[in-house]
Amino acid sequence: MTRHRGRGIASINYPIGMNLGGDPSQALVHSNPSGKFTVALSSIDLGQGMKSVTRQICAETLGVPVEDVYVDTADSDTGPHCMGSFASRGTHRVGNAVMAAAREARGVMMEAAAEELEVNAADLDTDGRGNIHVKGAPHRSISTKDVAIAAQFKQGKTISGRGIFLVPLSEVNPETGEMSPATCYAHACLVAEVDVDDETGEVAMVRMDSAYELGRALNPRLVEQQLVGGAWMGVSHALYETPEPYYPEPVHGPRDFVEYLMPGPGDICPHDIAVLERPAPDGPFGAKGPGEMCANPVLPAVANAIFNAVGVRIDDLPITPEKVLRAIKAQGGARPQARR
Amino acid sequence: MSKVPLQFRHNGRDVAIFVDGGTNLLVALRELIGDMTPKFGCGQGGCGTCSVLIDGELHLSCLTLAETVAGRSIETLDGMKQGPNLHPLQRAFADQFAAQCGYCTPGMLMAAKALLDRNPSPSRDEVIEAISGNICRCTGYEPIINAILAAAGGRVSA
Repeated sequence: MTRHRGRGIASINYPIGMNLGGDPSQALVHSNPSGKFTVALSSIDLGQGMKSVTRQICAETLGVPVEDVYVDTADSDTGPHCMGSFASRGTHRVGNAVMAAAREARGVMMEAAAEELEVNAADLDTDGRGNIHVKGAPHRSISTKDVAIAAQFKQGKTISGRGIFLVPLSEVNPETGEMSPATCYAHACLVAEVDVDDETGEVAMVRMDSAYELGRALNPRLVEQQLVGGAWMGVSHALYETPEPYYPEPVHGPRDFVEYLMPGPGDICPHDIAVLERPAPDGPFGAKGPGEMCANPVLPAVANAIFNAVGVRIDDLPITPEKVLRAIKAQGGARPQARR
Repeated sequence: MSKVPLQFRHNGRDVAIFVDGGTNLLVALRELIGDMTPKFGCGQGGCGTCSVLIDGELHLSCLTLAETVAGRSIETLDGMKQGPNLHPLQRAFADQFAAQCGYCTPGMLMAAKALLDRNPSPSRDEVIEAISGNICRCTGYEPIINAILAAAGGRVSA
């Protein structure tokens, strides 16, 4: 038995969201008399951080502390419409909608503050700590709480805003059929290193090195969390998971968690990640989205690494020991390629 | 089927319930005691999210007959917090971003507690071994392993 080390590389160009019907999402923002703000969404936070990121976007746009914003998600009966949490679209689409809603709410808030301070709204600014003051005269200020109370009980105004983000319909070139299905692309490159056992066909991950260009990382820790976890899901798709291992024959399929193969904590490898921030022109504060694409480059990189290690090209996922072994036998043994 | 009286300690408190013969501990904890922190994942010992400690030892509550814990002491995630303060493991999980959807987290925390209670300074391999019965879809395990090592190294203030 010999273990062969191989290295593979893959690069991807990932469109953010889709363009069916413009892929819209809506958001509503309103203040409560306590001076706190609520963002109403029907978008879903599956744990990827939608709530945290939309909270940050809303607070930054309003000019209030992040702790003054509450995000209410995932009720499609009461929240404004959202296409959903998929296609890496959450931060970009929902973030833009929240930004538009918060901008409108900020306009009303500043008008209400102007009335209380008896100045022009254009002369006011927020300090990000819950106060609104006259530019150049920070002592002439009012708290957002007092503005909210005045708006509610004195001025009869709702400090609220509506937001929607809709991708403009792409024109189709009648000659060529060419169009631009997306307005925003993220990019990634990943190098995978594997060991392939030519006696058992088993593939072990040795290490991964990756670079992701995803606009501005609005919450760097959440981005890192997505990239670490998502890459591992990519490894799982590349080497382990399938409901139908002998598709189209529906035999020997897993029936439960015991039989459905997924990598365990003992199967992980070091993964070094570089995040490159190139703000997107149409992203909220320049953000794109690190969602799905954190799993995608892993699959071709692993397939290429296996080819580099033993010279077999497997184009059917997942790349199980059985497939590797049959391919090695078919070509009469492992043929390691030049080390890359 | 007749009901069986059952008494045990649940997070330091004595509880007495009536269970149907054959009820598993997970159902008894969730439906009869109202402790929703052990989660139902697969119901057959394949995922680890129902993990609890029985007399300090890690067990899968979905595979444990409730009647077998009579007179014994059960610890669940519900009892991990120390008064108003998070347990160092919980604090470390938060600091290290060791949860995304959170469904595996109760089981991961109990498996980690079982390890640290008997081995306060485990190696990385010992941490991996300790959580090897628990599956996680979101995190890639790395942040969970790092959180447990951080809690063990005292690099976390509760």
